[in-house]
Amino acid sequence: MKLQRRSFIKLSAAAVGAMGVGGVAVMSNRAKASPWYHKEVKTVYSICENCFWRCGVKVSVVGNRVYKADGYKENPKSRGMLCPRGQGAPAQTYDPDRLKKPLIRVEGSERGSGQYREASWEEALDYIAKKMLALKESHGTESIAFFGHGTGDFWFVDFLPAAWGSPNAAKPSVSLCTAPREVAAQYTFGRAIGGHEPIDWPNSKYIVLIGHHIGEDTHNTQLQEFSEARKNGAKLVVVDPRFSTAAAKADRWLPIKPGTDTALLLAWIHVLVSENLYDREYVEKYTLGMDKLIPHVKDFTPEWAEQITEIPAGVIRDVAREMAAQKPRAILPPTRHTVWYGNDTQRMRASYILNVLLGNYGREGGFYIAMPPFLEAFPTPPLPLVPAAGGCAGPAAVTEQPEGFRPRADAGKFFAQSTAIQELIEPMITGKPYPIRGLFAYGISMFHTIPNVPRTREAIKNLDLYVAIDVLPKEHVMWADVILPEATFLERYDDFVTVAHKTPFVQARFPAHEPLWDTKPGWWIARELGKRIGLEQFFPWQTFEEYLNTRLMSVGLDLETMRQMGTMVQRGRPWLTDWEKEGRLPFNTTSGKIEIYSEAFAAAGFDPLPKYEEPQPVPQGYYRLLYGRSPVHTFARTQNNPVLMEQESTNAVWLNTEEAARLGFKRGDWAFMINPDGMREGPLPVRVTERIRKDAVYITHGFGHKGKGLSLAYGRGACDAHLQNHYTLDRISGGAGLRNNFVRLEKAPRPRLRSVVQIIRERRG
Amino acid sequence: MARLAMLIDLKACVGCAACSVACKMENEVPVGGSRLWIREREMGTFPNLTVEYRPEQCAHCENPPCVPVCPTGATYQNEEGLVLVDYHKCIACSACVAACPYDARFISKAGYVEKCTFCAHRLARNEEPACVTTCPTYARVFGDLDDPDSDINKAIQAAGQGHVLRPELGLKPKVIYVNPPSKQGLTRKEAQL
Repeated sequence: MKLQRRSFIKLSAAAVGAMGVGGVAVMSNRAKASPWYHKEVKTVYSICENCFWRCGVKVSVVGNRVYKADGYKENPKSRGMLCPRGQGAPAQTYDPDRLKKPLIRVEGSERGSGQYREASWEEALDYIAKKMLALKESHGTESIAFFGHGTGDFWFVDFLPAAWGSPNAAKPSVSLCTAPREVAAQYTFGRAIGGHEPIDWPNSKYIVLIGHHIGEDTHNTQLQEFSEARKNGAKLVVVDPRFSTAAAKADRWLPIKPGTDTALLLAWIHVLVSENLYDREYVEKYTLGMDKLIPHVKDFTPEWAEQITEIPAGVIRDVAREMAAQKPRAILPPTRHTVWYGNDTQRMRASYILNVLLGNYGREGGFYIAMPPFLEAFPTPPLPLVPAAGGCAGPAAVTEQPEGFRPRADAGKFFAQSTAIQELIEPMITGKPYPIRGLFAYGISMFHTIPNVPRTREAIKNLDLYVAIDVLPKEHVMWADVILPEATFLERYDDFVTVAHKTPFVQARFPAHEPLWDTKPGWWIARELGKRIGLEQFFPWQTFEEYLNTRLMSVGLDLETMRQMGTMVQRGRPWLTDWEKEGRLPFNTTSGKIEIYSEAFAAAGFDPLPKYEEPQPVPQGYYRLLYGRSPVHTFARTQNNPVLMEQESTNAVWLNTEEAARLGFKRGDWAFMINPDGMREGPLPVRVTERIRKDAVYITHGFGHKGKGLSLAYGRGACDAHLQNHYTLDRISGGAGLRNNFVRLEKAPRPRLRSVVQIIRERRG
Repeated sequence: MARLAMLIDLKACVGCAACSVACKMENEVPVGGSRLWIREREMGTFPNLTVEYRPEQCAHCENPPCVPVCPTGATYQNEEGLVLVDYHKCIACSACVAACPYDARFISKAGYVEKCTFCAHRLARNEEPACVTTCPTYARVFGDLDDPDSDINKAIQAAGQGHVLRPELGLKPKVIYVNPPSKQGLTRKEAQL
């Protein structure tokens, strides 16, 4: 059933008239100027940049100000609705803390000391170009690394490094997020999961979520479809050490011992196999390796798993039988952030194998097969390198780079063929395997994202050139040699966002008004810099409208038509039956089938079938540090947004009630979080709750900003990354497993923080 | 005539606050004030837990206690059953703020009382309130209680029972909740976390 918004009231003409009278009384008043919606409002199609789900939005503009963002029905991301972050997204553009002019660090001042002078764009770009060309001369093009996240990262992490000749380009969305699930999917299905998870939620009858943030990460479409599934009567099982929002909506909550998920998955596989509950026909038709799986899972009984997971064997068995009863409309959707304990690719493989036994891949109520939309790239001379950073859809499938360039500086540390951002820090310090001497940081929050922050700081101090391109003066930005202020998503065009989907689509971002201050769009910065470093041939277009229009011509459209549409939807092939009609299958594995047993992993020396590995144990006196999402914030990007900060201005540490009593914490107390290396974060409020196990504590990610230029974000809450001094490298995907980090809590005095409301009022003057 | 009302399905609501932020932006609600907010309440003990996420806003009561206490007639009830404020007449005396049992009103710095209007300006354009349009969980249904075929009446019927806050006061509030997670019904306001 598709839920439709329907006309809510039959308004007669008289009723409308009456309403109008009321409206006048409400709107015209002595103190308040006429509200924005009574002025001349222009509507512009854009794409929300307040998270990486990137919904198509239409924004309401009056003069040089966007007052409201809304979804629109024709866009398969927003479908007419928006999450809180989308609703609050316009506020960022008018943040007085924005970077307003290019800045150059004062000669002789130390990185991080924050001494800058204003510069013209010409001077700033010339400065960067000169240093880049000097580094090319002294250390080669590979000595410059490019980090980034956001829609504009195409220019700074894909295009520019490939044109320049550096394979050391990386996004946190790979090795600090999706890498394990994507590598596992590539080697199981021969297909990506992708940034828009291809789950047919509304048709599913039985949904099992393991460590999933849905409802807390408000990925808009996913939340809508999750809600549809529940309205359609789907049963929901949530596996989580914490009673999450999803758990609050579940029919069953399994409070698993952290880090033991693979044991649970193997036990479920065991039940499906031993009780002959799996989809035999599907497995025979589409998969390879079942014969090896059967003996592999023989000993992984629910009783074995109970000892490990602390979930009763009877419950494990019941859930396995319940999901089997609903197959193929039973699914275990993959989470997005999958870098947990270091054995993560294998955990995701176990999850996919279980899905396959339910026969749900390519079937309604399971995974649909997502196809990218057709849209040609702008024709340029071939780039010297293939862009290798990957993205939300996982590592780039780059198998070989052309000769004449040194391999990635992280090559050989793990199996997957793309860069892992955290592995590019070390070469900045040690110079091994070769020195990285320059760094571009576009839109990321380096000190909130990459574990082992002291190492990152040390690395940055060593660089010869460090350039930050951003909207706000985040802490890592204020360490750069040159800071380039970017126009916000409301002020700029961007390249098209193409989304692999049930109905593949292309969405466009049009500027709502001119950039405020002396800021420039990312594409402009990339091109102007490119011209200065000998890459002019790769930017053959004269205007960005020309660039966009040329791409649209490949699908028979033009920019002015797209300006009226916002989104162009194409036809997909979501189901296996669609592919079979064409006499083929969608699995791009070596065998052309779903690979339950991975020959490729075996050949590379990894387990060809998943095994359970114990996570690092919690040291005495410590808790495992778990982290997640707030529905009103995105990573470390939104904590200076006044509208969102009014909703939630700090994170709090969740502590089990009994543990709180033992440690003497009461509601309203504050604490420091301290890791075994003595690194301290906070203070932050303690949330005494029944909603978490005794062996773990939990905070939402993104708070604890240390950039003093962020008047709202600065000094509120705690940052998980600053406590994550260690990570367990997933030797298959390159993912940095972050949940083998531990903290203890220490009482803290309630800090004297000024209220967010007070600061916002003062900022407005 | 109509009796416009808001239904909120607490089974669907995840407390994400999209409604709250949409309200803030749509109505340019001043900093420090809120016309729509979320209460979150946990019940039970590990591992037998329940959490209620409950959005709250002006209930546009059929018997609004804020109307009779207003000394200037600024607060009034219109033909559609909306409780609105004429900002010309409001003298910010706070009588209505004190009279409202739902804490739905506040005095803005501009010198008048603010609260949810069910987005009267949008209704005039035949658009739903901003909180309804944006809700990504389909938790909200807006409509006319006097129309037996309205979506809101159907939703109340489908849920079996509608709940309101403080029913004992007899105010006939028109923010109606369905499917509260606790078998005991809605949690009390003052019992919030």
